[in-house]
Amino acid sequence: MSEVLDRSAPARLRAGIVDCDIHPTMRSKSELDPWLPERWRKHLAEYGHQVRIPFTSGTQYPKSAPATARRDAWPPNGGPPGSDLAFMQAQLLDANDIALGVLAPLAASARNTDLGAAYCNAVNEWQIENWIRRDARLRGSITVAHEDAELAVAEIEHRAGDNRFIQVLLPSKTNEPLGRKRYWPIFAAAQAANLPVAVHVNSVGGGYASAAGGWPSYYLQDHHLNVHSFQAQIAGLVLEGTFERFPDLRMVMIEGGFAWLPMLAWRLDKAWARMRDEVPGCKRPPSEYIRQHLWFTTQPMEEPERPDHLRDTLNWIGWDKVMFATDYPHWDYDDPRTAFPIRLSNAEHTMVFRDNACGLYGFG
Amino acid sequence: MTRLPAGSIDCDVHVSVPGMAALLPYMSQAWREMITTRGTDGLELASYPTGAPLSCRPDWRPATGKPGTGLALLQRAALDGFGTRAAIINCLHGAQAVHSEDLAQALCQAVNDWLSAEWLDQDARLRASIVVPTQNPAYAAAEIERRANDKRFVQVLLLASNEMLLGRKYYWPIYEAAVKHDLPIGIHAGSAFRHAPTSVGWPSHYTQDYVSHTMGLESALLSLMAEGVFNHFPTLRVVLTESGVTWLPGFLWRAIKSWRGLRGETPWFTRSPADLIRQHVRLTLQPFDSPGADETRRILEHIDCADMLLFSTDFPHWHFEADNAIPDGIPDALIPRIAIDNPLATYPRLKETLS
Repeated sequence: MSEVLDRSAPARLRAGIVDCDIHPTMRSKSELDPWLPERWRKHLAEYGHQVRIPFTSGTQYPKSAPATARRDAWPPNGGPPGSDLAFMQAQLLDANDIALGVLAPLAASARNTDLGAAYCNAVNEWQIENWIRRDARLRGSITVAHEDAELAVAEIEHRAGDNRFIQVLLPSKTNEPLGRKRYWPIFAAAQAANLPVAVHVNSVGGGYASAAGGWPSYYLQDHHLNVHSFQAQIAGLVLEGTFERFPDLRMVMIEGGFAWLPMLAWRLDKAWARMRDEVPGCKRPPSEYIRQHLWFTTQPMEEPERPDHLRDTLNWIGWDKVMFATDYPHWDYDDPRTAFPIRLSNAEHTMVFRDNACGLYGFG
Repeated sequence: MTRLPAGSIDCDVHVSVPGMAALLPYMSQAWREMITTRGTDGLELASYPTGAPLSCRPDWRPATGKPGTGLALLQRAALDGFGTRAAIINCLHGAQAVHSEDLAQALCQAVNDWLSAEWLDQDARLRASIVVPTQNPAYAAAEIERRANDKRFVQVLLLASNEMLLGRKYYWPIYEAAVKHDLPIGIHAGSAFRHAPTSVGWPSHYTQDYVSHTMGLESALLSLMAEGVFNHFPTLRVVLTESGVTWLPGFLWRAIKSWRGLRGETPWFTRSPADLIRQHVRLTLQPFDSPGADETRRILEHIDCADMLLFSTDFPHWHFEADNAIPDGIPDALIPRIAIDNPLATYPRLKETLS
């Protein structure tokens, strides 16, 4: 693999696929030390991230597998899954002919946003140094302290000229709905830098229950209900008028599924037709903003009882808005050879596995 | 022209308690004094603001007073208007959302007595759901027992979103009482606001609250399955009311996939969500969130169960115009099942009292 940074866009991508959701992990927390000021290293050692769950380690919903990972994804370096580039290259990139891979590091949302900003800055440096510089196929996501728009904007502006970063990354569970004006500076900065804003599923956000009726008991529920955070974000973004204010904003919904999207758009359109006087910022039927501004990654793939029903869903969403992702190295990884329960035409396959992402991110 | 057959059964209509004064005659002297001296009034659910366009179709909005407070309008618009043979009243009231379970009990008892006297006694076509104090399942079960002999009460009414997800064992006394009397549990869109309407907090707009009700219903349904409620109560039937319906296929696909991958955590969850839902769950027809006939036909094929839909107008809520209560795209052959057969199969007490 190339050790040399390649700043130019690759030649027009004609072969291979794009993987829109790869999770690099740290072999140990000390991997960030080169970029994390002493103050924050000490803070983390003493107090930790202070996220909004009752534990300092472990998760409130014990996962299905250690590290939430494929059981065969533990690398020979002894570190956790996703922590060894050579192993990832062999197991994921080479094996699947992945020409471009989008890194989505999962940074915890610290309640202390100053810590969050320092941590995100370090994660971004770490992406470059430990991953992108070492494999020209990889691209980074700008992680930001999203609850403090000023700090987030500073980080976006700092990275805006670096085309190794191809999107801004936010979690799907935030402290308030993302359409709220307090987040708009993030969208303004992303739009100005011509960067899509990606939203990746997370389980712990602002500390709200997973459902309006409370907390689930089991991971089986938590894993499913996390999808709802995307519905809430999209409804809020549209109804608050975010896409009127930022007409060039493009957003990517990662690992939230997509079978629910047509229904949500239909329901929003009906409610808007009745009550648009309440939401003057939303000037057109909500489905139009959804069709124009949103992209979706495929993993975890929707699996209808009758596979051909998936074609209805994709027709309703638009084949140009769906992008393949593996979610490597997590347990619910999608294999590009078997992920789709239906046979795609060559044209559909090329769109979903390559061209849609190339168009959105400006690859090639 | 309505495509409904004569004698349809409307499984979701709403009436409103005009104010606390209407309930006082149905309360004990002690509660009357308590409520009067403290000025307790209002308690209309924020899930359905009286003035919101969606809460009342323009031509069903009374000249004065709250929507759903006049018997004559209900009779003319909902019953005569659709040639309805029987209609089930779901009275949405803040009784199910107050924090004091004692007040909740007193209010629910009064609401049910008021429903009986002011509505059920006034028109033989009317039926009602038992409004229960979900806040205290023992009280709720007692209220079910209190009503059980009155066959005009055909269902138990719960809001979708409460203190805890509805599958939790805390709530099982409610299901036990319902099953004992063969009463379906009607889970209606709406929230007691114990938690934010979404997992990312409080939206700015009512419009989003309303749209979000589907998630409340989905999470309740998932909870019932994951906690083993249908294992423990194999004859329990659940009717999702005012659900929107078209989210069901996407929900099922995800639920099946999660269940296949993760059911080791819940060993009692031995049957596919698709089987459980098709056996135990029914949905009222309005609103049906689909943009047109083609999409509706496709969604019906995805649902793949002719037994699941129950006719409803959701009077006086505003989901359709004129008498187009059957969405375009629903095939003619399915309509008698939705309008008559499925309701009769779902509500044993309807079958008993109508035949």
